[in-house]
Amino acid sequence: MRTVVCIKQVRTLGDEVEFTDDGRDVDPDYVDLALNEWDSFATEEALQLKERLGGEVVVVTCGPEESEAALRRCLAMGADRAVRIEGVAAHDPIGVAHALAEVVRDEEPDLVLCGVQSSDSVQAATGTALAELVELPRVAVVTRLEPGDGKATAHRELEGGLVDVVEVDLPAVLTIQTGINQPRYANLRAIKQAEQVEITVRQAASAPAASRVRRMFVPPRGEGAEMLGTDPGEVARRIADLVKERTA
Amino acid sequence: MSVLVVTEHLQGTVRDVTRELVTAGRPLGPVAVAVIARDPGPLAAAVDVEGVEEIVTVAAGADEFEGDTYQQALEALIESRRPRVVLLGFTVNAMSYAAAVAAKLGLGYASDVHGVALEGEAVIATRSFYAGKVSAELEFPGAETVLLLLRPTTWPPAEGTGGAAVSSLAVEVAPPRARHVEFTEPAATGDVDITQADVLLSIGRGIGDADAIAQFEGLAAKMGATLSVSRPIVDAGWMPASRQVGQSGKTVKPKVYLAFGISGAVQHLAGMKASGTIVAVNTDPEASIFGVAHYGAVVDLFDVAEELEKLY
Repeated sequence: MRTVVCIKQVRTLGDEVEFTDDGRDVDPDYVDLALNEWDSFATEEALQLKERLGGEVVVVTCGPEESEAALRRCLAMGADRAVRIEGVAAHDPIGVAHALAEVVRDEEPDLVLCGVQSSDSVQAATGTALAELVELPRVAVVTRLEPGDGKATAHRELEGGLVDVVEVDLPAVLTIQTGINQPRYANLRAIKQAEQVEITVRQAASAPAASRVRRMFVPPRGEGAEMLGTDPGEVARRIADLVKERTA
Repeated sequence: MSVLVVTEHLQGTVRDVTRELVTAGRPLGPVAVAVIARDPGPLAAAVDVEGVEEIVTVAAGADEFEGDTYQQALEALIESRRPRVVLLGFTVNAMSYAAAVAAKLGLGYASDVHGVALEGEAVIATRSFYAGKVSAELEFPGAETVLLLLRPTTWPPAEGTGGAAVSSLAVEVAPPRARHVEFTEPAATGDVDITQADVLLSIGRGIGDADAIAQFEGLAAKMGATLSVSRPIVDAGWMPASRQVGQSGKTVKPKVYLAFGISGAVQHLAGMKASGTIVAVNTDPEASIFGVAHYGAVVDLFDVAEELEKLY
């Protein structure tokens, strides 16, 4: 069983933000980088399937060289191979899906897993677009996966926690929701070994963009919260008063 | 300029987001609403609200949502009607087919959109990036049709009666590759009902580890509050799903909502922003939770918890 897992190195902003000169993104000096949380669950799910059914796990990402850190994190968890695709515009999930599709076609996997969404963009679109481009069935927001013979049973988590049990033909693309498993930690030795793995680098073919950022800005703050100060005792007293007042 | 809204329905009921999409679409142009179902008739009546010019029914597929059916139906609707803008809710169902339609037909696309405007002929969508700390205006160069998934509970739902004309579109759909089998509810735990509480003490990732749960259960009991949690606490297996506030958990509206160590993901805010009084305690002054909170404190939540213990 060969599983391709599509991952993303996400950016998080601290207290301060500056924008690039063209105003279309944040200044990279103001971001921290990490493996997208949803993708760690997708990687774990692929690794558990490999442990049960054999095969290999291939992780793929679109991004500059620095995004190899996220691939190496997955390699340290136990993925077998890693591919990085260069030359893909950020913030356009359909463009990312076009680039990923080239790798998925070449790999001819039995299963493709993506995270439901990335924490920095929250489009929840890449996996579903990818499935279309490689002409595979798909199920989005999966909280349980049981592969069988030529098909799988998947639980789709709907709003309010209602679960839609679906049967899907394989191979398929599934987008994995947090909580489906408990992602493993990589030990130090595995992290060291992952540093030595050669990552395949490919160049993306040009693809049409489905959107383009015209400008980014810090949203205007509304009234905002009334701040209760920084003394824990005072904060606690105010909270106790509010609870008493508002429930009287 | 024409707008096409796709009705979202579940177990025979039209979901609120559909009427919100009508409100969002009206300033953009005449709104047509599509209803895709095995038997769309009864659902069509429920979307005949003020501002809807036309209802188009597509009798296809099963009673319940299947992504392949919706994809084929929406592709046929777009090809026959050439709308400038297609509006769907940013929901789990829409996530299951919208981006596939956009990729196949080469549409403009964006999701979790919370603002839409026209500048001449150009559609401009506003959405957030970087955990809500930054907003962006998106443009869709060269796209004849733009498909947008709008954030639920952002626009008020359209009310009243529209008296819209009803037509139907015949679409042949192939058998779906992913098929609905059944719905199951999350296992009932015989636990408390957090939607009934007057005061919720709600904890999130900021509590650090499982050992802190017992401490906050104790504090909630002393305060006469009920303990609720954000998603990461349930994902980690520290509390049952019945305690989860948010889009994939429970929508709550207590008199007082105390958010301790919750940064405020959009999905969480959707489940608690209607609470009477919201108090947020978080060490990150830029956390999104402060955007909806009435009162806030940038201070260590354990220090506040310790002081609260002394007061009760």
